[in-house]
Amino acid sequence: MKIIDLSGWQLGLAASLVIMLSICTHLARLGVGKALLIAAVRTAIQLSLIGLVLEALFATAAIKWVALMAIAMVLIAGREVMARQKRRLTGGWTFAIGTLSMFVSTFVVTILTLTVIIGPSPWYTPQYAIPLLGMMLGNAMTGVALGLDRLTETVWRQRAVIENRLMLGQPWHEAVGDIRREAMRSGMMPTINSMAAAGVVSLPGMMTGQILAGSSPTLAVKYQILVMFIITTGTGFGTLLAVAAGSRRLFDARERLRIDRLSAPY
Amino acid sequence: MIDNDSNTLRLQQVCVGELKDVSITVTAGEIVCLSGASGSGKSRLMRAIADLEPHQGQISLGDQEQSEVAAHRWRGWVMLVPAESQWWAETVGEHFPTSPGAASLAALRLDDDILSWQIIRLSSGEKQRLALLRAIGHTPRALLLDEPTANLDGETTRLTESWVRELARQHRLPVLWVAHDPAQIGRIADLHYRIDGSRLEAVT
Repeated sequence: MKIIDLSGWQLGLAASLVIMLSICTHLARLGVGKALLIAAVRTAIQLSLIGLVLEALFATAAIKWVALMAIAMVLIAGREVMARQKRRLTGGWTFAIGTLSMFVSTFVVTILTLTVIIGPSPWYTPQYAIPLLGMMLGNAMTGVALGLDRLTETVWRQRAVIENRLMLGQPWHEAVGDIRREAMRSGMMPTINSMAAAGVVSLPGMMTGQILAGSSPTLAVKYQILVMFIITTGTGFGTLLAVAAGSRRLFDARERLRIDRLSAPY
Repeated sequence: MIDNDSNTLRLQQVCVGELKDVSITVTAGEIVCLSGASGSGKSRLMRAIADLEPHQGQISLGDQEQSEVAAHRWRGWVMLVPAESQWWAETVGEHFPTSPGAASLAALRLDDDILSWQIIRLSSGEKQRLALLRAIGHTPRALLLDEPTANLDGETTRLTESWVRELARQHRLPVLWVAHDPAQIGRIADLHYRIDGSRLEAVT
């Protein structure tokens, strides 16, 4: 089966549906008409640009460009993690911890998957490497952001409890232990839930795309299972790393709770 | 072997916040009271002694320097009981490393099955006495008490005072006690210091 090409007028038809929706919301005075149109235009522009970038990347397939793209992706994900925090660690630590933990976990799992499991040649073939990394980063970003946000927010609310536990002679990791476990769990729950619901409640987007592109459902399912597993692993380890590093940063060398290292809420 | 000097709490030229050059010595078994207007830095000084607050100067217990001991171990020795204690688990008992004996519970007029109570059931006065018991359960070598009888009625206050006094004598604990009430200070203090601006003045 050959995939059917889409031309400009066909996309235009789909766009006119969005315009119709925005007219309806305008008439109903929902006040989202403008935001809807802007978002639609952004989708079109951003995706077209990334399409051009990927075309160029796939054409050269040089490792330095693949690496550059991967670094750019992880930095953008780190910025997004920071933007989703109510209270950040001061001095850029939220960005540093978020980016570094996602870098370590997603890069290790992606490279392992490429070299040991899928095995394209060369291993960094961008058609495999970039989408895999992208899906992992997208999920790891959510996990890390949720985990760090839960950590800092709970520490802020329970600072008196943590200090009282320190007064009783508990080491810092024991005094913050319950909160740290809770934060790690909340960062990992979304991916665990999505694994549990896969195929029953939702048809995962990647699998759908692969089927549309002409793959047999059996092959698409195999890829989807692989992707689910590596997403969960990447997100899980990323969250564990980020919450562990973030909670360490909240205490100093004398195991004092340094609530001054948390910014005011954004 | 515990010699007489191993539990002496010594502060030398400690500076924290507005307070400058605080030098006091609390010997084993002695109760030293600390008073001063609210906001004068009493609690901050107590936190500094427990090493929960950055500070300057030297603090030692016996021949051990604060900075040479792991922070959590120091706090296990020099135990601060804050004015408002915190309780994080479901029941009272979960907060105790070892169950306090029936005698201690009775001495502080606490119900003998209070350890199985839900935290939510406790009054502020009960929390305050339980916080003392909990601290003692960790076998500290010195006590820092921040207004430990603020929520207690007259009679329970007297009971708690004599319980602490007996404890300090028996276990040879130096006790630093933040208090407001001159009558209470008169009853318990071996020495009394008042915060006057940035200085600590001995009251005689």
